[in-house]
This record gives sequence, structure tokens and C-alpha cells, in this order.
Amino acid sequence: MPASLDIAGFAVLLLLALAVLAPLLRSVRSIQIPLAFSLGAVASLAAVVAGIMTVAAGSVASATMSVGLPGLPFHLRLDPLAGFFLVVIGLVGLFVSIYSIGYVKGYGGVRSMTQMICFYTLFLAGMLLVVLADDAYFFLVAWELMAAASYFLVMYEDEKGENRRAAFLYLLIAHVGALAILLAFGVMAGQSGASGFDGYTFDAMRSAHLSSGWAAAAFFLAFFGFAAKAGVIPLHVWLPEAHPVAPSNISALMSGVMLKTSIYGICRFAFDFIKIFPWWWGGVVLALGLISAVMGVLYALMQHDLKRLLAYHSVENIGIILIGLGLSMIFAAFHLPALAALALVAALYHTLNHAIFKGLLFMGAGAVLHATHVRNMEEMGGLIHRMPWTAPLFLVGCVSISALPPFNGFVSEWLTFQAFLLSPALPHPLLRLLIPLGAALLALTGALAAACFVKVFGVVFLGQWRGHQKPERIHEVGPSMRGGMLLAAISCLLLGILPTWVIGWLDTIPEQLCGAKLSESAGKLGWLWLTPIAHERASYSGPVVFIGILAVVAVTWLLLHVRATSVSRVPIWDCGFVKLTPRMQYTASAFSMPLRRVLGFLFAVREQVEIVPHTNHPALPGSLQYRLRIRDRFWNWLYAPQGDAAYWVARQVGRLQQGRIQIYLLYSFVTLIVLLVFLG
Amino acid sequence: MSLHPFGIELLQFVLLLGLAPAFAGWVKTLKCLAQGRTAPGILQPYRDIRRLFGKDIVLAENASWIFRFTPYLVFGVTAVAAGIIPLISVDLPLAATADVIALVMLFGIVRFFTALAGMDIGTAFGGMGSSREMMVASLAEPAMLMAVFTVSLASNSSSLTQMVAVMGHAEFVIRPSLAFALAAFIMVALAETGRIPVDNPATHLELTMVHEAMILEYSGRHLALIEWAGMMKLTLFFALGIAAFSPWGIASDGDIGALLLAFGSLLLKLAVGALVMVLIETGLAKMRLFRLPEYLGSAFLLATLGMIAFFILE
Repeated sequence: MPASLDIAGFAVLLLLALAVLAPLLRSVRSIQIPLAFSLGAVASLAAVVAGIMTVAAGSVASATMSVGLPGLPFHLRLDPLAGFFLVVIGLVGLFVSIYSIGYVKGYGGVRSMTQMICFYTLFLAGMLLVVLADDAYFFLVAWELMAAASYFLVMYEDEKGENRRAAFLYLLIAHVGALAILLAFGVMAGQSGASGFDGYTFDAMRSAHLSSGWAAAAFFLAFFGFAAKAGVIPLHVWLPEAHPVAPSNISALMSGVMLKTSIYGICRFAFDFIKIFPWWWGGVVLALGLISAVMGVLYALMQHDLKRLLAYHSVENIGIILIGLGLSMIFAAFHLPALAALALVAALYHTLNHAIFKGLLFMGAGAVLHATHVRNMEEMGGLIHRMPWTAPLFLVGCVSISALPPFNGFVSEWLTFQAFLLSPALPHPLLRLLIPLGAALLALTGALAAACFVKVFGVVFLGQWRGHQKPERIHEVGPSMRGGMLLAAISCLLLGILPTWVIGWLDTIPEQLCGAKLSESAGKLGWLWLTPIAHERASYSGPVVFIGILAVVAVTWLLLHVRATSVSRVPIWDCGFVKLTPRMQYTASAFSMPLRRVLGFLFAVREQVEIVPHTNHPALPGSLQYRLRIRDRFWNWLYAPQGDAAYWVARQVGRLQQGRIQIYLLYSFVTLIVLLVFLG
Repeated sequence: MSLHPFGIELLQFVLLLGLAPAFAGWVKTLKCLAQGRTAPGILQPYRDIRRLFGKDIVLAENASWIFRFTPYLVFGVTAVAAGIIPLISVDLPLAATADVIALVMLFGIVRFFTALAGMDIGTAFGGMGSSREMMVASLAEPAMLMAVFTVSLASNSSSLTQMVAVMGHAEFVIRPSLAFALAAFIMVALAETGRIPVDNPATHLELTMVHEAMILEYSGRHLALIEWAGMMKLTLFFALGIAAFSPWGIASDGDIGALLLAFGSLLLKLAVGALVMVLIETGLAKMRLFRLPEYLGSAFLLATLGMIAFFILE
């Protein structure tokens, strides 16, 4: 049986080979797309297998490659933490690759397929290498490969100005983040005491003994860098720009998986490199997680662009993951390993869950986009009748992300609540008081997410078609797209009803990082009952909820259908008012109006109503125009001033340019003199 | 003589399914008495449900399967919740299915699908109801969680049977934290079950409807299921309050005598609880929608005070 690291290596090599070979198949497009994406699916599956094996066995394997810098060859390492993220990347990669076979055909004849395949495979390979890398140099190479490949994918439809602007913003913030990560590695290496390049291996960083000041510097530099990639508020502005404009299969990968590499990075730095830290680090992570969760979902609620809305939900869910991580760090700092393990498992479980349901939702959004060619929800409606497969699959995603049982999002949020409930065990009185308030914010987030997805599903799939084109032209998507979504939806259900198995499997990670296992208590009563701490404290049974609901529904249905009653279909009751049109339905903006009114002070909302009087009867309104503009305050406060400042500096520097050759010669001469003076 | 745990579970299902309409009838009767009207009698909800089950269904042309599936799901989820909240005994094999937090989320499914069904037909009424319901729910959820959190601090558990067991055996002392939590719980429960001052279950006026607006298009057996589930939900919220705040009298095993005693005390508590709710509903007017944040905000504040009181005083 091959070692798991070999399987992971095979996955990466297969993807890299695909990137190289794709141009050769350019002329035979009928083979190129299915072949490339099926092999992409095979590679993803290999990554999943490698990850599952590693996490299950709790094994650590490492290897050194003969390429790299002189004195610093590339190091690879596959431990349970890396293995878990391999599974996350691989699973979503598998679903999205299957989905892409059908989705990418939509670009046939318009855009280069080779470009898509090359960057797609490089993107996947980059993400796999990020979690496999075991030295700073290789990590950053992989990190940049991932960032660059995704930049080109965001730019895929580059004739639109919006896309170019989004991609630039993405690249900018990604590089500010990468710079911070580079500095964090520099601090770690500089303080590790190793000579030469040896300090840059992760092994040296693991054994480094940092003073508390340097450790904080390293951690927060790294946290800043990873937060920029993850879209933690206030570094989130690129995310709602870049995710919507990328092709939907890429949005699914970016939102579902790429953001998770930063979660990996934060775990690596906190629990693997530094290990001993004061509680306030966790406090900072927790606070930022709470802000991201609440603000992310509120911004999402205000959107009416389907993909932009989903992108803001990624900000929210990254927040929820950070809440778990922050709690885990606080518990770990107070030497409560069992509680730290629970919070860490909650965070990791949510990482996996979010990857799958967000992948599913973006694939569903892609299917809707594919069928209707619009992203604006206000122009959709009633798609459940035209897309009988996509609608229920998308609904599974909606229910999962809204944290409703028995689907997967619920389990991880419930575990996070349980971690919150354990905060009275902390010895710090202020924390005992403040942390439960965080649980209230998490409850608010969950309820707002449910409101938001009622809006999404209700406006897009239910009601009547609101758009301009004829709804008869909308058709269900093909089998491969349906297949990708179906697999993701089944995973959502399985992860929701079999949490004890997943937690048992995950157990090697908290064992290595926090020094405590969860499965001993979590699965004490068998696979049916999930009891995170003890049976007396709290329990949940996904299978019983699922089967119970199913059984009652089935029995009720059967009992009520014994006697035949007629079901008559009639036009909608219009209260005697005859001209009921689809435009009179509630829209997405109308749906979120009450919450906009209540929580609008958090945004820059501008509402304008303009009534133009009727030309013949000035007393009557002729037409009414309603304009609504919602802006991100962070953009106005943080980014716009910086952009303005950069522009101002550029203008001032621009004064040097006179356009006369004599002046330029003078500049050169002065520069030369100054340099000579300094050298002398 | 003693009853097998599964027997108790079954008994509890039957009790809740059977008693919920009577409880709703009792509430209606009390309300009529309080407001000087003639009451239709406690048994009226049974007659309503039977009549609706016998009727044919009228469906809007563009109703999808969501609309037809929702009543069954709403009924199913509420019935599952009925197996979890201890009514007469804590010896329930299915009680471990969900703790308080999971239970609150179970009711979240009911709300989610009812709201979707409201949007399915595509009338303005349905959308309006869904939008308002989701707003109220979003603001009620944090307060609900805080109240539950405070109670679970006192019993060191969020499992309902454990809460009942701990509280039921504790000696009777007035705890300030629980008093605050109870006040918050009552306020939130009124919101969650759609009663005055948050929503008026008796109205069909477009300006004030919330829950009724979502189910306006339902007829026949669909409506019967939704109404029945609504009555069960009301009873369950009372049962939840009783289990969390005054579980005295509940049986700890399947002894027939203890069960009978528990049943008697349950009926008494439900009757008194209904009286309190009717007094609140008669004394207050329905609030404007945009005053609800203040109402739910004060519920949250009360629950938070309860938690602070627990840490400082107890």
C-alpha cells in the first residue's frame, strides 16, 4: 500500500502535468475538457484519500526534494492537520471538477479553454502544495502560485472593466498579506537561532524559543497576512468584488477552499509553531471572528447580486471558524486541553462544512447564471419550476448554511455553542462574563443567515419569474453539473447526521495540537449520540432527528392520503384586483427592508424616492423611481483615504516631470553627485 | 407498577398531539372571558381541525412542491420536538436527541420552511409575512439563547432532562438570575409563538399580519396540519418554560402514580400559564413592527442581567 505522502504527491504531479499538457490538446476540444477535468477529479480524489489515511492513522510523513534553493531544498510534510486540509481541498476539488465538465462548455467558442484548464489545475496544485510545504520558502512559492493562478482566473472574462478592477484589488491585498506572512517567517527564522537557511524550515520554527514580544510580532504579522487572504473584516473588501466576477466553478473553489488555506496557516502558526501564548491572542482572534461573522451576514443581507451575497457569507463563515479558533486558543492558554480540543474540532468541522455547502451554493449560483444569464436576484423568480434538480440541491445548501438540523452547518455551530457554554470554566472573571455575549452574537448571526437564505431561495426559486426574457427559454443544467452538486448535497447531509464518525476520525488533530482527545467523550454512547463533553451536559443525535422527521412526515402523508380528496389548481387569489403582475411580488430589497431599517446604522444607506407627476393630471403620480445604494463603510473609512493619499503622492511626484530633456539631465547629474558624495 | 421508558415516550407523543388543541381552546376561552365575549368552548379547535381535514384543497397555479411539502415538514418537526421536551417524566429515551440549543434550532426549521412557503405563491402578502417573521426571529434568537444560557449555567447543563432533574431536586430558593431569565424567556416566547404584543394570531389585517400572512394561501388538510402544529408549538413553549423554570412535580421514572401526579401538576401549570399569557395579551396592544427591536432588545438585556447576576451573586 503506498504511503499517503506518495498519493498526495501523485495528486500534485498529475495536476501540474495537466497544466503542461492541456495546450497540446487544444485542437480537440471535445476531448480536452472532459479529459482534463476528469483527471482533475482523479487528482482531487487522490488528495482526499491521502488526507483521510493520514488523519485516521495520525501519522506524520516528511520528505525532502532535490529542487529548491542551494542550501534550502523543498521540504514536504504530511501530518494530520495538513491531511485534514487535503481532504477539504480534495473534496471540493472533486465536486467542482465534475461540475466544471459541463459548466466550462458554456464558454465554448468564446474564451480559451486551455487558459481555464491551465490555471484551474495550477490553482488546485498550489493549494495542495500550501498545506504540504514544510519550509517557509516552499510555502511562499506555493502561496504565490495559488494567488497568481486565482488572479488569472478572476481575470478570465477580462473584457469587462469590473473584472479587471476586482482582480487588481485582489492581487493588491493578496500581496500585502503575502508580505506580512513573509515578515512573520523572517521573525520566526531570525529568532530560531539556526544558522543560514536552516531557520526557514518549519522544523526549526517548531523548536524555536521566542521571547513573548517576538512571538506576538510573528503571530500577528502572520495573522494579518492570513486574515487578508481569508477576508476577515476589515480586510474583506476584495472578496465581494473578486468572487462574483470569477467563473462560478472558480468562485466555488475560492470561497470554499482557498480561504481555508489561511485557516490552515493560522492553526499552523498558533498551535504548531508557537504553542505557548497568552490568552489575549485568542481574545483578538475571537473578537475579529465575531465582528466578521455579524458584519459579514449583515452585508450579505443587503445584497441583491446572488454571487456577491454568497461572497459576503464567506466572510461570515470565516468569522464563525475564527470564533472556534479563538475560543480554542483562550482555553489552551489557560491549560484546559479538553475544552481547547472541543473548540478546535468545532472550528475544523465548520471549515469542512463551509467548504462543502459554500461550494454547493456557488455551483448552484453558477447553474442559475448558466440558465438565466443574470446575477441580479431582482430579475429572477420561480426557477423551481424550470430547474427541478438545481432547486432542491440549492435548498440543501441554504438549509446547511442557515445552521438548521439535520444538515452539517448545524453540527459545527452547535459544537461552537457548546464551547461557549464551557466558558464558566475559565479562571478569568471578566472573560467568564464577556464570552457568553459572543454566543449571543453567534445566535444573531445564525438567525440572520437563515433570514438571508429565505430571501435567496424565495426570490430566486420561488414565486413568479420577474425577468425580461421569456421564462420558457430557461432550461435545467446538464448531468455533470447536476452530478457535482448532488455529491456536495449528499456530503452535507452525511456530515450532518454522522458527526460522531467525523469527530472520531478528526481526533488525531486535537490530540497532536492541544494534547487532548474528544472522541472518548463525544462518542461514548455509540455513533448515534453526539455528546461533546458528557452525556449529562449536552447531546445531539442527527440520525434520530432525520429519521424521526422523515417517519412522522411519511406517516402523516400516508394517513392523509387514504381518503382521496381533490386538489384543484386555481389562479392566485387577487383580492378582486384583476391586474396582479409578477412585479408586485416581494423583491430581495423589499424582503430585507425591515432589517435594513433596524440595523441600517451600520452601513452607509442612501434611499431616494422620486415621484414624477402624471403629464395630464399633475395631481396623480405618473411614475415612481426608487433608488437604493448601500456602501461598505469600511471602504469609505479605511480604503478610500489610502487610495486618495496614494493618488495625491503620485500627483506630487508627477511635478518632477517637466517634459524637458535638460531638466532630466539635471536630475541625473544631481543623483550622480549625491551618490558619489555618499560613496566617498 | 411502572411504565417502560418507550411507553412514556409514546404516552408523551399522544398526550401532546391530543392535548394541544384543547390547550389552544382553553387559551381562547380564557381570552373570550377576559374580553367579555362568548367563548366557543375548549373543544372548538378539534372541530376546526376535523372540518379542515375533510375539505378539498385549493392550490394556486404556480405553487411548487415546497408549498405542498411544508405542512408535513412543519408537523413532523414539531412532533419530533414533542418527544424531546419532558412533559411528565424525565425518563425519556429520545430526550437526548437534542439539548435546548438544538431544540431552538429545530423550531428554526419550522420557521424557515413556513417563510419559504409564504414566498412560494408570489403574492405580496406572503413575502411581507416572511420578511417580517424572519426579522422578528433574528432579533429574538440572541435573547432566547441568553435566557437558555443563564438557565443552563444554573444547572451546569444544556440537556433538558438534566436541567429538570437538577432544578426539580433543588430546594426552593428565589434566584435572581432565574427571575431575570424567566422574564426574558416569557417575552421571547411571546415573539416566537406569534402572540400579542409581537403578532396577533387572530388578525387578517394586512398591516399587522405576520404569521397569518405566510399561511394565507393554505387550505384543507395543509391548513389543518399547520394549525395543529401551531397549537403544539404553543404548548411546547409552555412545556419548555415549565421544564426550565418550574419542573416540580415531574416524575423521575415510569411509576404510574408519579406519572399521574406529574400529569395533574402539568395541567395545573399549563392552566395557570395560559392565564398569565391571556392577561398579557388582553392588557397590551400589538406593537408597531419597528418598535419590536426595542421590545426584543429589552428581553436580551434582561437575559444578560440574569447571566451577570449569576456570576456576581451566585
